[in-house]
Amino acid sequence: MAYNWNWGVFLQVTPTGGEESYLDWMAYGFKMTVGLSLSAWVLALLFGAVIGVLRTVPNRWLAGFATAWVEIFRNIPLLVQLFLWYFVLPELLPPTLGDAFKQSHPVFQQFFASMLCLALFTSARVAEQVRSGIESLPRGQKNAGLAMGFTLPQTYRFVLLPMAFRIVVPPLTSEFLNIFKNSAVCSTIGLLELAAQGRQLVDYTAQPYESFIAVTLAYLVINVVVMAGMRWLEARVRIPGFIGGK
Amino acid sequence: MYEFDWTSIPGALPFLWQGMLVSLKITAVAVVFGIAWGTVLAMMRLSSLRPLAWFAAGYVNLFRAVPLVMVLLWFFLIVPQLLERLLGLPPGADVRLASAMTGFALFEAAYYSEIIRAGIQSVSKGQMAAASALGMTYGQAMRLVVLPQAFRNMVPLLLTQGIILFQDTSLVYVSALADFFGAAYKVGDRDGRLVELLLFAGAVYFVICFAASQLVRRYQKKLKTA
Repeated sequence: MAYNWNWGVFLQVTPTGGEESYLDWMAYGFKMTVGLSLSAWVLALLFGAVIGVLRTVPNRWLAGFATAWVEIFRNIPLLVQLFLWYFVLPELLPPTLGDAFKQSHPVFQQFFASMLCLALFTSARVAEQVRSGIESLPRGQKNAGLAMGFTLPQTYRFVLLPMAFRIVVPPLTSEFLNIFKNSAVCSTIGLLELAAQGRQLVDYTAQPYESFIAVTLAYLVINVVVMAGMRWLEARVRIPGFIGGK
Repeated sequence: MYEFDWTSIPGALPFLWQGMLVSLKITAVAVVFGIAWGTVLAMMRLSSLRPLAWFAAGYVNLFRAVPLVMVLLWFFLIVPQLLERLLGLPPGADVRLASAMTGFALFEAAYYSEIIRAGIQSVSKGQMAAASALGMTYGQAMRLVVLPQAFRNMVPLLLTQGIILFQDTSLVYVSALADFFGAAYKVGDRDGRLVELLLFAGAVYFVICFAASQLVRRYQKKLKTA
């Protein structure tokens, strides 16, 4: 195939007037992907923990609300959810709020919508893991807690959750990996994260293979780092006496 | 307050249906080829031939580490060039549908192979031993004894993965291919009614996927009691 490989392309200065090289673009995209994914992950853990707990409580309204949350965020494609947050929500908000959002900096708008979207999408999956973590505990734990005179919130706080949150760490690894991969979808609303920078590089340099290979490698690096970090965490929170425990 | 105007949807239904057909076609092709290739990958991974096991492990880990969007972009870059040279198509021929189908099938195969591998491993070892004792070859034992049992247990998971895949087909948006979502976006953009069309698309996906996942759940319960 008559393709001219040119790895030096990354060191060339971009034609946008500044002194940035294409490598700087990639670095910007990398930071955007990591920053977006991590901030969305923190929110997803918070929402997911609350919703997961609510799914197990003996109150029909709360449990129903949590179930609806999970079903809605699991059964609509991520891309559609993203467009709903980015294009539809500002229109449906009260005019003052909607206009304030539309007049804010475009990068802020893209980042905010992406973060919210990824956080809620992932929270439904985190909630399911938290729920199955709580349900995997022997029933006697809850009964014993109540028999000791704990109120239901106290039973959750002191008996069930300390165990459930530790059980849930290994299955959350794949959700954590997913949030980085899913963040690539946010390139569709113009957020300049890794995948978007890769496409932009193709348009500017006409060197598609180099830029796609670089982006793919960057995702592999993120993957390896996250897996190593989670393995360390898993070893630290392992419960003695359980399979894989000390 | 925003004033809704749903009038552009009824007239656009035939166009949206065409888009839905594209989505369903991609899903069907990717499910069938994904499961077939995924089965092969799973058996390679469990094989005692080291190079085969390494190849399958590398393939699965690579595809599972890269975002689907990136995989699709790769396929929209490579497949057209390959087809042009293999089939002698004129440059610029529309092979986006073929590229999308190839991309999804190869990508999903990595996920299917992990489900199938777990399914094969969940069949008790005695089954394989018994089949060998009856004089079956490895291939016969796999085909007649192990795989039928493994697949029976896996059906709910495979179907759930199919639902996820159906949702993911909306990502062909990156190639401007008019699947259901792409069609809805186009209509909304044309009529200045993006809000209504996006809400409509979200509702349609929700109804389809929710109904399908409820059916899978019911089937799963039946399987457990049987």
